[in-house]
Amino acid sequence: MEFGFTFSNTLAAILTIGIISFLWRDNPLYKLCEALFVGVSAGYWFVSLYYQNLLPQLFDKLGLTLIITPHADVKEGALQVLFKQGRFDERILYIFAGILGIMMLMRLFPNLGWVSRWPLAFIVGTTSGLYFTTYFQSNAMAQLKSTIIPLNSINNIVIVVGTVCGLIYFYFSKEHKGVLGGAAKVGTWFLMVTFGASFGYTVMSRMSLLIGRIDFIFSTWLGLVK
Amino acid sequence: MNVSAFCAVPEDPSYGAPAPPTDLVVRDVPNDAGGAIILHWDPSVDDVEGNDKFIGYEILRSTSPDSGFKVIGTATAGSTELTDNQTVDGKKYYYIVRSLMGSSIAEAWPVGPVSSSQQWFNLGRINSFIALLILSTAILWYIHRARRGDTLFIRKIAGLEAVDEAVGRATEMGKAIYYIPGTQDMDNVQTIAGVTILGRVAKLTAQYETPLDVPVSRSLVMITAREIVKEAYLNAGRPDAYNDSMVHYLTDDQFGYAAAIDGMVVREKPATIFYMGAFYAESLILAETGNSVGAIQIAGTAMPAQLPFFIAACDYTLIGEELFAASAYLSKEPKLLGSLKGQDFGKLCILGIIIIGSIIQTFGIFDFTSIFTVQ
Repeated sequence: MEFGFTFSNTLAAILTIGIISFLWRDNPLYKLCEALFVGVSAGYWFVSLYYQNLLPQLFDKLGLTLIITPHADVKEGALQVLFKQGRFDERILYIFAGILGIMMLMRLFPNLGWVSRWPLAFIVGTTSGLYFTTYFQSNAMAQLKSTIIPLNSINNIVIVVGTVCGLIYFYFSKEHKGVLGGAAKVGTWFLMVTFGASFGYTVMSRMSLLIGRIDFIFSTWLGLVK
Repeated sequence: MNVSAFCAVPEDPSYGAPAPPTDLVVRDVPNDAGGAIILHWDPSVDDVEGNDKFIGYEILRSTSPDSGFKVIGTATAGSTELTDNQTVDGKKYYYIVRSLMGSSIAEAWPVGPVSSSQQWFNLGRINSFIALLILSTAILWYIHRARRGDTLFIRKIAGLEAVDEAVGRATEMGKAIYYIPGTQDMDNVQTIAGVTILGRVAKLTAQYETPLDVPVSRSLVMITAREIVKEAYLNAGRPDAYNDSMVHYLTDDQFGYAAAIDGMVVREKPATIFYMGAFYAESLILAETGNSVGAIQIAGTAMPAQLPFFIAACDYTLIGEELFAASAYLSKEPKLLGSLKGQDFGKLCILGIIIIGSIIQTFGIFDFTSIFTVQ
């Protein structure tokens, strides 16, 4: 029997048990784990966002990294290309993203808080606009194409009837009464059967996650299971 | 540019060399952003099933028809097409495709010149464009009607009818209302829908003087939610009751966020919890904890994999499209109402197309689905 009582394994096992202990009731160990989890993850995400987004997407592309840390291995950005070579580099457009970011920080100044509404409007507007076409293509056109099938088998009939009745359920302009109500009811049944199947499938995948943690405690940490 | 040429005469098979591919056609990839040329050829006569010696094809490229050809890619036996994604727009290229069999090679004459270019419009998506144009026109027409004061009927949505009741119950109990706008950022339409409904809930909490707590997992969502809650309190005539700490950031981490909310729920035992937005695996963890403290729970998401959990653990669930319809239904705002009616018109069209299309497909009149192919 081999024990895995290393510091990191022991810490990981205590934190695992601490989080799982929530199933019993709220307790001091869970509170400690929760505070650690939230604090560490918030700090981690801050650093991660800086290194994965702000640094490579803004500072590097504009050339601010080279200005702040003028090392030989730091590549030139759009500002260096513009001022040294007199050439327009398309990466200079990232300056607008930087300006929007600064505008967002204006919330810190009560008198200028209104400025932050502009970048918000930009984000919400562009998001809606971009997804309008992509969602339409993936969720409407592609689904439509897959549903238009010959009604020559039980399987195909179920697909077409299920889709039509499901769509009727999501039709909001008429009260669900009479034939429409009946079709909507059938649509609800189709939805519930789908959700039931999905529920079972997901529960099984969650069980495998739990088994993974139990295996860690009993096999890796305690060495009781081979 | 579309260029083709006949290939070189193959070597005598008695020498053991393979026959080269024939009828090589090279052309700019249509409807793209440039930087790509597509090559198509007829396979070598030696490229047949069972001929294990035939390895495949090598594709060579040069800017001159006479020299400088370099291998830019390979294709396995049986392939008849390859896209060169490493071209500079406007530059002229020549291509050779050669067959490989054992250690022998046979190549056709160079084909070209051909150059890549970008297109302003992707004509392969013209069907989407027309459909979106019709849908947009319908939406604008209904918005116009709503603004004109026409009565636009929207049926009752059970989960939304319960919003007032849930806020009222929290008020009676003197407990807080939690509003969870999902774990995704403002670039997710479900989050946008979630924070829109938050406006309505915040207006009610302002009127009833019910404590509202909105823990968020994204900084942008926090800023947007604060704006919306602040405006709702202002519109309700209670700007004094608003404070920024109502909407507070926890962490970006999905499970860190779930763990923090679980702790808050079991300690503060809110009377009502709303889950409106995009959720992933944390959905059941949150909803089950809320259920365990006896809170009224109203959820809304368009994440198909998470809907079953909300349906199982919450009192009311807005399924998919209902989440997007919710904001229009609650606010009765002409723009949202018109948009919802326009979408309903789109659904009606889709219903008709499915029924007619399936009948056409059943009788094999023509391939109706080709109309909906998007490139």
